[in-house]
Amino acid sequence: MKLSSEEVKHIALLARLGLSEAEIEKFRVQLSNILENFEILKQVDTTDLPPTAQSIALQNVLRPDETKPSYPVEDILANAPQRDSNCFKTRAVLE
Amino acid sequence: MNDLHQLTISQAHQLLKEKKVSSVELTKATLARLIKVEDKVHACVTISEDAALEQAKEADKVISSGKIKPLTGIPTLIKDNMCTKGIKTTCSSKILENFIPPYDATVIEKLKADNAVILGKTNMDEFAMGSSTENSAFFPTRNPWDLDRVPGGSSGGSVVAVATDEAIYALGSDTGGSIRQPAGFCSVVGFKPTYGRVSRFGLVAFASSLDQIGPITKTVADCALVLNAIAGHDPRDSTSAPHPVPDYNKALIPELKNLRLGIPKEYFVEGMQNEVRASTEAAINKLKELGAKVDWDASLPRTKHALAVYYILAPSEASANLARYDGVKYGFSYQDTNNMWEAMEKTKQFGFGAEVKRRIMLGTYALSAGYYDAYYLKAQKVRTLIRREFDQAFEKYDALITPTSPTVPFKIGEKVDDPMQMYLSDVCTLPINIAGLPAISIPAGFADGLPMGMQIIGKPFDEETILRIAFAYEQATDWHKRKPPI
Repeated sequence: MKLSSEEVKHIALLARLGLSEAEIEKFRVQLSNILENFEILKQVDTTDLPPTAQSIALQNVLRPDETKPSYPVEDILANAPQRDSNCFKTRAVLE
Repeated sequence: MNDLHQLTISQAHQLLKEKKVSSVELTKATLARLIKVEDKVHACVTISEDAALEQAKEADKVISSGKIKPLTGIPTLIKDNMCTKGIKTTCSSKILENFIPPYDATVIEKLKADNAVILGKTNMDEFAMGSSTENSAFFPTRNPWDLDRVPGGSSGGSVVAVATDEAIYALGSDTGGSIRQPAGFCSVVGFKPTYGRVSRFGLVAFASSLDQIGPITKTVADCALVLNAIAGHDPRDSTSAPHPVPDYNKALIPELKNLRLGIPKEYFVEGMQNEVRASTEAAINKLKELGAKVDWDASLPRTKHALAVYYILAPSEASANLARYDGVKYGFSYQDTNNMWEAMEKTKQFGFGAEVKRRIMLGTYALSAGYYDAYYLKAQKVRTLIRREFDQAFEKYDALITPTSPTVPFKIGEKVDDPMQMYLSDVCTLPINIAGLPAISIPAGFADGLPMGMQIIGKPFDEETILRIAFAYEQATDWHKRKPPI
């Protein structure tokens, strides 16, 4: 599995991860190599097998819908890079 | 008493209980040791000296009132991916360099409820992604047995802290071997409990279906004490198991009569160092002397697929978990633009290190349209086979024994530019996370002064059998008494 630079750029866009030109080339080579190592899974017959998402068979863990105090607003906003009164401040999503 | 820092939990507890030493004295002695060796090993990213001394004073009051518990007043260090209220939790990443959590992880709440003394936070591979602690955004941690070598990872800081007596014990986390592999590399006890045994609430997520918190200690008896303190169901972690937790102290029986042990031959891999093979075999023979029935012909043929399964599943989960670092709510935030998408991309570009970016890319690829079935879904199906194979083995055996890693600790810088070689150092530990099983690494020998670990793998939620085997072996050997030359 050889990745092209275009494919690497496309994956980075999906992840919203900025990469330098040097990183794009480095990851193109390294990811191609790693993906080649994954080819071994093609040998395994997985017909009719269910996937395992996690290893203990807990299903539909529910809890009563009760109101509880949340964390204080000041505590949660204390780490905000930018705030405006009681809100996180972001850049415009729609322009 | 100049050597208080060398005590085990059990020994320290006895002295505290008999009031022969106070928690403040023990804490000061351990901090003095920490400051003395830290320049050489770089195990810690934050030292919270003032808070620790306050906690020690409080612990002394509790002890005076006769309410001492096994961990009361005893100094510990915590891997820096567990949230500590009011104390920075960085994941050794630039993106969380200044993050101060507004709450404690459940394991921290539990330690505080027992009046433990938290000295600080330990270095790790960034976001627990790595096998050498070289991926820390701050500095690499060094192996105290040879300062030019890696301590293993990702819980390298916690493990080195325990090996050098910077703390009496520590907590680590293990997603593919991150407690056990460094424990083997530094000759301490490191235990990854069954997935779901210890709450993950407040553990910064890497791969949610694989992550588990566990103890790093000087002895197996100490391991049981820490596990007693941190195990149990937590409604805030919906994957935590609602099973009763036994008293792990009762598992410490120093004989192995009639215990059936399987030695899966696939774990004695090609490229394994001869000394590691020899010392693992010697350790297994010792278990036989202690009464165990050993089957050298156990087989887990799916082992050869585990590496690929792991390096699809873990990065896939990581790429989803790390999408939250958008520079809006907390953490590093690129400010030099008015464009939202550019801000997000640059935040990640400058906030994350190379290995984290590599895994985000790998995971995003495996989950993307057109590749999901071929990679992610395929890996989840092979995961089913790997788990079934373990379940079948446990019909015949009470536990499985393997080396912890195929090599002794490698040189700093040796594998950092070759991700596949680095990934291979976890080849013996990561199948256990895929299956969600409990496993321990205990000291099992040395080659040219470098430590090696033995891994004991148990049935789901049967931590007790593992502790029994580990305890019996430790009682019969002296490896755990050796201290690094530092």
